[in-house]
Amino acid sequence: MSENLKLKLSDLSVRYSTKGQSTLAVSKVNLTVKNGEFVSVVGPSGCGKSTLLKVVSGLLKPSEGQALLDGKEIKDVPESIGMVFQNDALLPWKSVFDNVRLPLAIANKSTQEQEERAKDLIQMVGLEGFEQFYPKQLSGGMRKRVALARAFAHDPSLYLMDEPFGPLDAQTRVTIGEEFIKMWERVGKSVLFITHDIEEAIALSDRVVVMSGRPGTIKAEFKVPLERPRPFYDIRFDSRFKEIQREIWESLADIHKESEVSR
Amino acid sequence: MSASNSAKVNPSVSDYSDDIAQKQYKGYLRKEKLSTAIGRIIVGIIILGLWEGLSGRLFNEFWLSKPSAIIKRIYELAVSGDLWFHVSFTLQEALIGLAIGMVIGTLAGILLALSGKIDKWLSPYIMALYSLPRVALAPLFVVWFGIGMTSKIIMVIAMVVFVALYNAYEGIKNMDHDLIDMMKTYKAGKMKVLTWVILPSITVWILNSLRLNIGMALIGAVIAELVGSNQGLGYYITYSSSLLDITGVFTGLVLIMIIAVILEQFIIQLEKRLLKHR
Repeated sequence: MSENLKLKLSDLSVRYSTKGQSTLAVSKVNLTVKNGEFVSVVGPSGCGKSTLLKVVSGLLKPSEGQALLDGKEIKDVPESIGMVFQNDALLPWKSVFDNVRLPLAIANKSTQEQEERAKDLIQMVGLEGFEQFYPKQLSGGMRKRVALARAFAHDPSLYLMDEPFGPLDAQTRVTIGEEFIKMWERVGKSVLFITHDIEEAIALSDRVVVMSGRPGTIKAEFKVPLERPRPFYDIRFDSRFKEIQREIWESLADIHKESEVSR
Repeated sequence: MSASNSAKVNPSVSDYSDDIAQKQYKGYLRKEKLSTAIGRIIVGIIILGLWEGLSGRLFNEFWLSKPSAIIKRIYELAVSGDLWFHVSFTLQEALIGLAIGMVIGTLAGILLALSGKIDKWLSPYIMALYSLPRVALAPLFVVWFGIGMTSKIIMVIAMVVFVALYNAYEGIKNMDHDLIDMMKTYKAGKMKVLTWVILPSITVWILNSLRLNIGMALIGAVIAELVGSNQGLGYYITYSSSLLDITGVFTGLVLIMIIAVILEQFIIQLEKRLLKHR
């Protein structure tokens, strides 16, 4: 069973210190992602969702507990992860083409391989003809496609996505989400997806984890009993979708009530 | 909804009406450029005209000279070969000093900003050096490095190095940290981070310091020449003033200004090439 686990966080606590203050961001989190599983984490802003990703990507050290990737403790930045940032983190001074080939250039792949792979990926995300454009010249949705193409170029076995569709408008969000789920269903890699959009989380995931804030702890977990491939938009009208959506809302409402009382 | 709207969201390369808009926009830009050029010429003519017209009327020509006399002097110097003799000397000092000072200052700024503790140890001393009136060091440099070009180049370096350092330092401190994290998640080495992220991030800061430093470099070169030299525009200015040749003094000053303006044009072209992504 355990070799089937891509990621295992056990009793993980993380302390942050900024401006002379030390705060407990995440407390005793237990979370697993199986191979090929799509897991979303939802919760109010500031509940330490992003902190979890930073630990998994090796950018932040946990103060207690363990983070295991493929059964090995995460010490440095692991080889097999790919991060998709909320703000895209594209290089503004590089063209679409250069941004997409960045992971291949870092891996010292041959120029020919870089060009071929980048061309394929740009085509896959529907940006042919925009290879020489700079990020500034693109819309938010197009920049997101570039960021996704770059993540696919790296071809990690675990995608870490930090509210990747957050800054997009509602329509673009649905389009990009739909395209992303199609691409993901093809590659079938594990995903740890952070969002505050419950519908998005259900539509994308196999499992939804609900976190409460300050310090972040895991409140509840929901299996999404919807078969794949799913229609990313229309699935929202499925009765099972509605049911799980209601349950997640209720669990979040509980968190809200508790925090009101504790104040 | 998803199907019909996704067509609109999908990017489409320019169509016909877009082409027309592009052309109109280019025409508008051309007009803007032209009006800037005309405006500049008019301002120049007004200043030079007032100077020329008032000289000898409102004030004595002896004290402030006048544009026609300066132009005549420049022509005479050009014919005799003295112009290039002095200009080339000053220009060489300024450019060599600028290049060395920019490289040293920028590298020091990058290293300092990324060094963590060492930055905190050194910062008060750097500030102390920066606040030194470097003009007062000019005689010292002549004593140490002689009357030749070396002392002038050292002076130019002393003038430009701090602006370069502080700009590079601020550039690093203002860098988008997410980009560094992004590079880390791809396991990029130090050189890759430097060439793909750090240097491009601070390019705008380096260009800014280069622009400020053109003036500083010329000032440094001329001050060092004023102190002790037998060649260069600074030397020509002191020599002329010792003869009470005010036109000579102003000719030297005008030549310095012309050099600064021409050099700035090079920087503007460089900016256009390096910052075309903005």
